[in-house]
Amino acid sequence: MEASVRPLLKISGLRVEYPGRRGTFVAVENMDLEVGRGEIVGVVGESGAGKSTIGSAIMQLLEPPGRIAAGTIELEGQRLDQLDATEMRAIRGKRISMIFQDPLTSLNPLYTVGKQLIQTIRTHSSRSEAAARQEATALLNAVGIPDPEIRIDQYPHQFSGGMRQRVVIALVLCTNPDLIIADEPTTALDVSVQAQILDLIKKLAAERNIGVMLITHDMGVIAQTTNRVAVMYRGRVVETGKTHQIIHAPVHEYTKSLIGAVPRADVKLDRFPRISYIEAATPAAKVFDIETHWLGRTRPDAKVAQPASVGPLVSVDGLTMRFVVRHAILPQNRVLFDAVKDLSLDIQEGEVMGLVGESGSGKSTVARILSGLYRPSSGSMRFDGQDVLKMSRSADVNAIRRQVQMIFQDPYSSLNPRMRVDSIVAEPIQHHRLASSRDETYAIVDDLLEVVGLGKAAGRKFPHEFSGGQRQRISIARALATRPRFLICDEPTSALDVSIQAQILNLLKDLRSALKLTVLFISHDLPVVRQMCDRVAVMKKGELCELAATDDLFNRPRHPYTTELLRLMPRI
Amino acid sequence: MASFILRRLIQSGIVLLAVAMIAFLMFRFIGDPVSQMVGQETTLAERAELREKLGLNDPVPVQFLRFVGRAATGNFGISYQMGQPVDRLLAERLPATLELSVFAMIIACLIGVPLGVYTGLHPKRWLSRLFLVVSLIGISLPTFFTGIMLILVFGVELGLLSTFGRGETTQIGWWTTGLLSVSGWKSIIMPAFTLGLFQMTFIMRLIRSEMMEVMRTDFIKFARARGISEGKINFGHALRNTLVPVMTIVGMQLGSIIAFGIITESVFQWPGVGLLFLQAISTADIPIMSTYLLLVAVLFVAINLTVDLLYYVIDPRLRADNVARGA
Repeated sequence: MEASVRPLLKISGLRVEYPGRRGTFVAVENMDLEVGRGEIVGVVGESGAGKSTIGSAIMQLLEPPGRIAAGTIELEGQRLDQLDATEMRAIRGKRISMIFQDPLTSLNPLYTVGKQLIQTIRTHSSRSEAAARQEATALLNAVGIPDPEIRIDQYPHQFSGGMRQRVVIALVLCTNPDLIIADEPTTALDVSVQAQILDLIKKLAAERNIGVMLITHDMGVIAQTTNRVAVMYRGRVVETGKTHQIIHAPVHEYTKSLIGAVPRADVKLDRFPRISYIEAATPAAKVFDIETHWLGRTRPDAKVAQPASVGPLVSVDGLTMRFVVRHAILPQNRVLFDAVKDLSLDIQEGEVMGLVGESGSGKSTVARILSGLYRPSSGSMRFDGQDVLKMSRSADVNAIRRQVQMIFQDPYSSLNPRMRVDSIVAEPIQHHRLASSRDETYAIVDDLLEVVGLGKAAGRKFPHEFSGGQRQRISIARALATRPRFLICDEPTSALDVSIQAQILNLLKDLRSALKLTVLFISHDLPVVRQMCDRVAVMKKGELCELAATDDLFNRPRHPYTTELLRLMPRI
Repeated sequence: MASFILRRLIQSGIVLLAVAMIAFLMFRFIGDPVSQMVGQETTLAERAELREKLGLNDPVPVQFLRFVGRAATGNFGISYQMGQPVDRLLAERLPATLELSVFAMIIACLIGVPLGVYTGLHPKRWLSRLFLVVSLIGISLPTFFTGIMLILVFGVELGLLSTFGRGETTQIGWWTTGLLSVSGWKSIIMPAFTLGLFQMTFIMRLIRSEMMEVMRTDFIKFARARGISEGKINFGHALRNTLVPVMTIVGMQLGSIIAFGIITESVFQWPGVGLLFLQAISTADIPIMSTYLLLVAVLFVAINLTVDLLYYVIDPRLRADNVARGA
């Protein structure tokens, strides 16, 4: 590209504020960014960094009362920030288009894909219905949707997540825009689909000479896709440069810690490097001797009288979970779905077992069966040598349940918003009558909150006063409150920012070794699994593909599906 | 699709049987039917004979089956008070009630939907706030009060509109309509408005909250980002997505204003089934009361079935052939 050509998009000195009752919140400050034609520029940062605000500011789609307080936004020399609503509507879609994060919600569920495409095409050009339809079909073909003539008359719910994002891209392209703002376009997608969508965006940007602004929190996506990148922290761009330079030789401290927090797929590290620049956990006020503390009293090695059981702690054999998708009176008309098929797995005491797979592979179903939330259709399940499914006395079942605890994916919906944090953590202790008095219970709760790095003052607050990472710490404290031996973590960090993820994973590692926990760690994120697990099981469509020690699996995968997953894994 | 309709029809049949049971029990156990039919000078022997003739000595299940059998063929017995077959009495009155209720619902939708869209799109404008306050008053005022006030202003003071009855009606087959004459129109406006006022505010508030919900969704933002015009977004993309819950409510409400527009009918002396029912209660005319009960049940079942079928038209996600294919 010649240096003399004006950049496609030029943002200078941009400041976006949200005036509020308690002072003005500045979402973006003094932001400079340029995007050229055919170039993919990444904007990376964690939640709250103001990345998405930039996209909305360019499109003049800021949620009120947000407003551009200073600075200019130019599209090939034309000031966008001064256009009125009608003029801006002519720019939106026609010259700048936007891809949103979640393809499941960005299409109108009541209109066919074709109707949405044709409407958009005809909004921006005077084409006839038939011509617009023809163009829409061609576009669906261009974004890689098979049988476009049939698919064009289907509704969004008939498409899978990845296919819907392709439809979204077709919608974005249908007016031949000059600039595309892609706001986390692949975050909601599986890794294999993510790779396809990113390839598609790259290909289209090059073919059609479109400038792309790619907003993401994922360093892997940035490394794979972008030419240049701007790193944002708390509303400011802290570093801009060529992608290669930013990834391999970052200058700013924040960039360094951000890259340090990304789990590496190649080497297993003991801990994630100390991460400065992020919300710090309160350091534990008092240090416990876990051996003598209440928490450590049921560690396997502290067990009294009972000989250590031989064999695995958890063992499942021929586990099958069958759901009825459509009910019918006649058995042959029923539509059945096997979420888990004939799964056999042993988890040794003290081991961290990884469970990996894409969405729909049945990993969460396995977690729910192991935690006792689902009863499997067939197969057997043993915990510490006892057959769990054959137990009839509720006291026996309860004893097992106390030893198995779960940490859920979404820290926002897994805590009761009406309960105080100390009551949340105390509830399992009271339910299983693990403490002799109320005072003892709450003393234990205070200690637990210290152990997970929140401090006991957190107990008197409600969940909404905490951030996602802090909430996940509360979940961990709650899970530890029954002194479990077996902890099931179902995607514990996939809703969190990468630096917070590093903290939580560090915490889990510390707790595991201190309390000698056995862990089933479920994730779709291979680098995270590599950092956390001793052995890894790979699932696909309800079946176990491969089970191997972590290093073997990553270095010498045997199953073709594992090889494929590893190939698609975004790398820095 | 066919199996869905079949299933719903079977469910409806069960509901109707249950209501028929209640209606039958009313017949059987509220007062003695014989003593209500005959005069005081009838002898005991004559009474016993009548009892035998009417089948009142048969076992209760047999009587119930006979009742259902008769009801299925449209024979609901003879009104104690008017000495005419109940089905004919109701058939004479039903067109008036249906005309009033449907007209009221149309008024409610025609005003309520645009107001709901407006207040949903611009929740902070003073006009929206005004609409909300007025609608609150509309919800809180009792129907009879609104009716009487309307009569006072438009009927008595201004003398513009007719205050009672249906005006001049025309017979079309078995249906009588007041909508073909000026006096008919003059008569229907006030009762219809009175009846529809509550529904109007209800629909407006419902659409408003649904609109506010939908406007926050990603697909609306995405439609904006593509430059689709505001009109198409508001009335196409957004409004259509609010319709499923609104339809449910409109259906239920239509059923209830047909069945229970009694107060309005009596304030305006509207010659509909509600007025008939009111007279039946005051004279303990049980055949009319129990038949009315059945009629209301049939109406509700029919309206609900229609609404369920409309879901399929509006929301493609519910269509059975798609469900089978899975996500």
